[in-house]
Amino acid sequence: MISFLNANATIIIYLVKIALLLFIVLTVNAYLTWFERKVVAHMQSRWGPHRVGPHGLLQPLADGAKFLLKEDPTPAGVDKFTYFLAPLMALALALTSIAIIPFGPQPLHIFGRDITLGIADLNIGILALFAITALSVYGVALAGWSSNSKYPLLGGLRSSAQMVSYELSLTMSVVGVLLLAGSFNLRDIINAQAHHPERGIFGWNVWPQILGFFCFFVAAVAETNRVPFDLPEAESELVAGFHTEYASFKFAMFFIAEYTSMITVSCLCTIMFFGGWLSPFPASWTLTHYLPSVILIPFGLWVIWDGIRYETIFGKIILPGVGLAITVMGAVLIAFPTVNEFIQGPFWLLAKIFVFLFVYVWMRGTLPRFRYDQLMSFGWKLLLPVSIANVVITAFAILMWGAR
Amino acid sequence: MVPTSYYLILSAVLFGLGVVAFVFKRNVITIFMSIELMLNAVNLAFVAFSQARHQSDGQVFVLFVIVVAAAEAAVGLGIIILMARNRQSLNVERVDLLKL
Amino acid sequence: MTPQLAVFFVLATLAVLGALNLIMQRHPIHSALSLIVVMIALAGLYLLMGSEFVAAVQIIVYGGAIMVLFVFVIMLLNAGVEERTNISKLAGIAGIPLAVALLGFLAAAIARSNESAQAGFESSTLANTKEISTMLFKDFVYPFELTSFLILVAILGAIVLAQREKS
Repeated sequence: MISFLNANATIIIYLVKIALLLFIVLTVNAYLTWFERKVVAHMQSRWGPHRVGPHGLLQPLADGAKFLLKEDPTPAGVDKFTYFLAPLMALALALTSIAIIPFGPQPLHIFGRDITLGIADLNIGILALFAITALSVYGVALAGWSSNSKYPLLGGLRSSAQMVSYELSLTMSVVGVLLLAGSFNLRDIINAQAHHPERGIFGWNVWPQILGFFCFFVAAVAETNRVPFDLPEAESELVAGFHTEYASFKFAMFFIAEYTSMITVSCLCTIMFFGGWLSPFPASWTLTHYLPSVILIPFGLWVIWDGIRYETIFGKIILPGVGLAITVMGAVLIAFPTVNEFIQGPFWLLAKIFVFLFVYVWMRGTLPRFRYDQLMSFGWKLLLPVSIANVVITAFAILMWGAR
Repeated sequence: MVPTSYYLILSAVLFGLGVVAFVFKRNVITIFMSIELMLNAVNLAFVAFSQARHQSDGQVFVLFVIVVAAAEAAVGLGIIILMARNRQSLNVERVDLLKL
Repeated sequence: MTPQLAVFFVLATLAVLGALNLIMQRHPIHSALSLIVVMIALAGLYLLMGSEFVAAVQIIVYGGAIMVLFVFVIMLLNAGVEERTNISKLAGIAGIPLAVALLGFLAAAIARSNESAQAGFESSTLANTKEISTMLFKDFVYPFELTSFLILVAILGAIVLAQREKS
């Protein structure tokens, strides 16, 4: 058996990486829904889910069980093949885009092999992500059309027209970053920002490309159909837009696809504009390498203390356990310096992704939505010219002063 | 490595299937799609030759073909929409007279 | 059977099946979906040959824009299932073997020709994208600018065609 594993090592490593990444992404999706409900609730001065499990932490499990066990009716007169294909397509495309994202600079050395963090390191990384974004329009359009009903058709057509319009600004706003980095490869884009490690946070792409960053972020929020651009799926306007006629598990597939594309967009924002896995502190401040432990240990201790005082017995058992695990992780990082060095890259990447996800949820809780004609005129008449202007200005600056 | 002749045979098969679809289908949108299929087959032949000779000219030409196909699809679908509006039918057998 | 040959056969079978499905489906939306499958299979073949930029452009432009246009038009015009035709049965009975024979002759002629070169990606000096962009902006800059003009004309044409007549 060991010789079989050794002979087919590359394929087995890929399969294990894919399975692990799928599991992690789906779990993050589930807890992102919990996070969103909690944060929006606290912004609206209420609690959000707090009954199912301590602090509502088991709410995603309850939601998952509901989605799996609910009745799944198929409306009459639908185009059966397309009706079943649309959510599958949306989910498959959203999950595929996670494969291209690199998660850490150093490969993991175990069992004598180097395992890079990240499934596929493509030379056309960004272009492949745009290709997947371009194909995801179909999931929405076909879902709306195949439902054989007025509101989904309107919602689907509007939503896909919105996605196609903002795709142009999305791709144009990235060209500035590509000019600075000189490559489509995501690792090269991060390494181009690491050119001056003593600059720390000021070496990131967001400062020369501030206009590009805002264009990209706005266009990406519009692409993922989130507030303030979610008119096509707003409850008060179009029932539920293109996924009205979809019931339990198919609706869950659209749901997961939306949250996964949120995660992908956050990853892309951090990688292209905010330095990916680079630390915001200059490289010479080596004491900041203890920051993960400094954050994890007090947080773990607070979770233990909060768990001991919790109301239900379930919470009194689970929360201290979780807190203990977090504290032990933080202590391990202090005890083993090699592990600490390895974890620096992924830690900063995950921290920045978390900040972007929080901004997404924050926008959901605070901003009103655009009207459809305002949305389209904003996309074509403001965002696209600004993105193109960003490309021209960046090209001119690079000609004058060189790409750093 | 895959021999170039395999790619060319595949291109010929796809082109032939495009011609069959063009001749035998009656919905004007499907006929238009068969034109796109033929263009794709030709693109495949271009890229195969370009890689066999290690020159990038073929691939640049493929980019031009894609752009021209996009422009043609836009205008052609506009014409199809007008035709559907005027004659309320997408069947090419009904559009066989120059006069309305 | 090298891995490349196996991948080629899988993608080629996918492309041919997609094209056959385009002919045999009766609803244009299913034909459109089959054509998307053909395009993605062809993009895979371009990747196999080492032209990664052309593969990405094929999916983004052809699969993500042109076919979206087709799907929109099919939805807007509410194209239904095709009606029965009164084409003769003889055409099918005599035509299909003849077409297969013609294709066989063509394939034999191609296979017997001097195209014994292997179309695979051998690493050239520059990356594929850099090579194409250098050629596009140096040797082919005039056709490149002309295509941008062509797209402008197409946009204007589509807008004019889609206007409702002012009555």
